[in-house]
Amino acid sequence: MAESIPSDATPAHDDHHHEEPSFASKYIFSTDHKMIAMQYMFTGMAMALIGGFMAYVFRMQLAFPGIDVPGYGLVTPANYNSLVTNHGTIMIFWVAMPVLIAAFGNFLIPLMCGCDDMVFPRINRLSYQIFLLSAIVLLGSFFVQGGGFGGAWTAYPPLSAKAEYSLTPLGSSIWLIAVALEFVAFLLGGINFVTTAMNARAPGMKLYDIPMVVWMIVIASILFMVSVGPLIAGAIMLLFDQVLGTAFYDPDRGGDPILWQHLFWFFGHPEVYVVLLPAVGITAEIITVFSRKKLFAYKTVLHTAIGTGVLSFTVWAHHQFIAGIDPRMAHVFTLTTLLISIPIAEMMFVYIATLYGGSIRLTTPMLWALAFIGEFLIGGVTGIFLGASGSDIYLHDTYFVLAHFHYTFYPIAIIGTMAGVTFWFPKMFGRHMNENLGKIHFWGSIIPFNFIFIPLFVLGLGGQHRRVFDYTNFPDLSLPWMQEFRVIATVALLVMLGFQILFLYNFFQSIFKGRKAERNPWNSNTLEWTTESPPPHGNWPELPTVYRGPYEYSVPGRDKDYWPQNEPV
Amino acid sequence: MTIRGTEPLGPAGEGRRPGTIPNGLFGMLVFVMTEIMLFAGLISAFVIGRAAAPAWPPPGQPRLPVEATAVNTLVLLASGAALILAHRHFHQGERARMRRPMQFALGLGAFFVLFQGYEWVRLIAQGLTLTSSALGSYFYLVVGMHAIHALCALVLLGYANLRLQRGFLTDSLFGAVETLWLFVVGVWPVLYWVVYL
Ligand code: HEM
Ligand SMILES: [Cu+2]
Repeated sequence: MAESIPSDATPAHDDHHHEEPSFASKYIFSTDHKMIAMQYMFTGMAMALIGGFMAYVFRMQLAFPGIDVPGYGLVTPANYNSLVTNHGTIMIFWVAMPVLIAAFGNFLIPLMCGCDDMVFPRINRLSYQIFLLSAIVLLGSFFVQGGGFGGAWTAYPPLSAKAEYSLTPLGSSIWLIAVALEFVAFLLGGINFVTTAMNARAPGMKLYDIPMVVWMIVIASILFMVSVGPLIAGAIMLLFDQVLGTAFYDPDRGGDPILWQHLFWFFGHPEVYVVLLPAVGITAEIITVFSRKKLFAYKTVLHTAIGTGVLSFTVWAHHQFIAGIDPRMAHVFTLTTLLISIPIAEMMFVYIATLYGGSIRLTTPMLWALAFIGEFLIGGVTGIFLGASGSDIYLHDTYFVLAHFHYTFYPIAIIGTMAGVTFWFPKMFGRHMNENLGKIHFWGSIIPFNFIFIPLFVLGLGGQHRRVFDYTNFPDLSLPWMQEFRVIATVALLVMLGFQILFLYNFFQSIFKGRKAERNPWNSNTLEWTTESPPPHGNWPELPTVYRGPYEYSVPGRDKDYWPQNEPV
Repeated sequence: MTIRGTEPLGPAGEGRRPGTIPNGLFGMLVFVMTEIMLFAGLISAFVIGRAAAPAWPPPGQPRLPVEATAVNTLVLLASGAALILAHRHFHQGERARMRRPMQFALGLGAFFVLFQGYEWVRLIAQGLTLTSSALGSYFYLVVGMHAIHALCALVLLGYANLRLQRGFLTDSLFGAVETLWLFVVGVWPVLYWVVYL
């Protein structure tokens, strides 16, 4: 095949085979998918620290209203709003998506599919550059006149549309532009992920031989791209309302603010699955390796994920039960929402069935993967109360909702990421992380996490509202015992944040000084483990051929309990 | 000159899997999926906005140029047809014969955009602006969004023409450009029907 390259061919990845690449072309302007994955991962980590710092600041304000927060200072109501808004925005768009989809997608798709790079390496690089720009734009919005946008990450108009209400004339538009740039970055990335996984797989790798995490990232990318279209339309209309004086969402001038809610949540609900599915995929890789068992019902998991994706487009109005929608409509959306809990529950059962009877090794990544299943279950179960319109009328916009979605997002964005990072760390950096520190960090994150959000469930059931700056201003809405629960949550957060320092230490220390890793330290089957750690430029001297599916563990009659995908029969 | 099946191997070994769709075409199909949803969003917003209005079209606003735009729609469809003809020649390996239809596609497309621009100037002069009424807001939003897409796609079409002249239009590039342009052509009659009629 290769002989037929005509003279005008420009194979992008060959650019710098010949001379030693300069620092800039190796680390900053690289088109290598592994480097772009690292760029996404480190940017995502930095943004996680910023988003976590914001949570620290407003949790301090909630537990000890009016104090000078160490490291920040006095929190004004406007500060509070913009911190909450940007915390939510950052955690979803600048942490969960870049790490789970872009970092793991970039790193794993070419390696697991046995090719040397993404099919569009330059578009891939552009994707990261736009993403970085979007992050800078978002953070920049804190320094303009009026400060960062404070109208909540859902940006409901007219609050978000009118400067008289939001008091952030510039911040709200900059926020919108930053989010739009981020969408462009993920569109470009998603095109690459889907095309690479479908078109550039190793010879012999059939559709049902693709590792689950690759499938999940591909499905997530498609979900994102399908759902984001209407939101882009809505965002342009919102920007026009803010900047050009149109009245798409202005009820005083014949506009319809509920229209935004539909466009937002038509995207917003599938977005939950966009970040969930990659975490589910990562978990699948880990639990099969560390229980030495075949994934129970591969095809079922895959088809369920696709079905969930389709269903996720039919549930959006469960966020709008009290927005004045027709109660008959509310019934329909209650029904679809309860339906969608079935496939997710099914996936969890599949995972438990995979674990059943396996020889389980409780390594750090395995602990994270198991915690993902357990904690996400709590998030899922509490969601049923919110999906049922009858109970949601009481619970809407309380801390019950808040605790519910943190019990989904935290397992996804933090636990899922930690599982993936600790699992693929040897491949990414060619060294091992310290297991003991890893386990201490695991328990130091999981236990406080529950101590943060269980009290918040209780507060929510007690009627405490979201997005309130200082409850002492509303003595009628809040009982004295509630303050103690707020303090518990905040103290637990401080403990959890403290343990993250341990993680950062372990992470960076191991990159440089960790125990050297071989090619396949976990005795895993998938292709990424068949090359060096870390993989060289171009990934393999000779690209692999695939002979079987990814989960052939403990096959009877073989002396080894694993069977790499590229091993000829 | 490259013949189908022998074009350069792309970076990630394009063509490694025999029988797959060219990468550029595949990537563009994925992108067009988003685009379809974008316009679906715009159309539903428009339909909801129109349904909520007390009177449609709003009083005191100029009438949209329904007939002239109908003619212009035919021009755009002709451009799409020319491209399909080029596609035929391309896949029969007759590069020389596809030059003429490619130029037609580009020329007719450019005419469509220019004529639309001319209509906009007239409408603005008659008092239909972005803020004059809900009709104005939605009109410029929806039609403007299509215009931006048409412009970008025209640039790509021009680039493909250039590559054709130089003798190295790949399967991948032609597939991508063709898909985008046919999307621009195909979505227009829908917009015309919803917005103008
Ligand atoms: C690190 C621990 C975290 C803590 C302690 C925390 C705490 C909070 C609190 C207390 C609020 C609500 C404040 C209010 O309504 O006044 C909030 C809002 C929010 N958080 Fe977190 N959070 C954490 C991590 C995350 C993660 C990982 C995500 C998502 C991936 C996330 C997404 C959100 C979103 C979307 C909102 C809603 C923002 C809004 O109301 O506009 N958070 N968080
Ligand atoms: Cu939802």
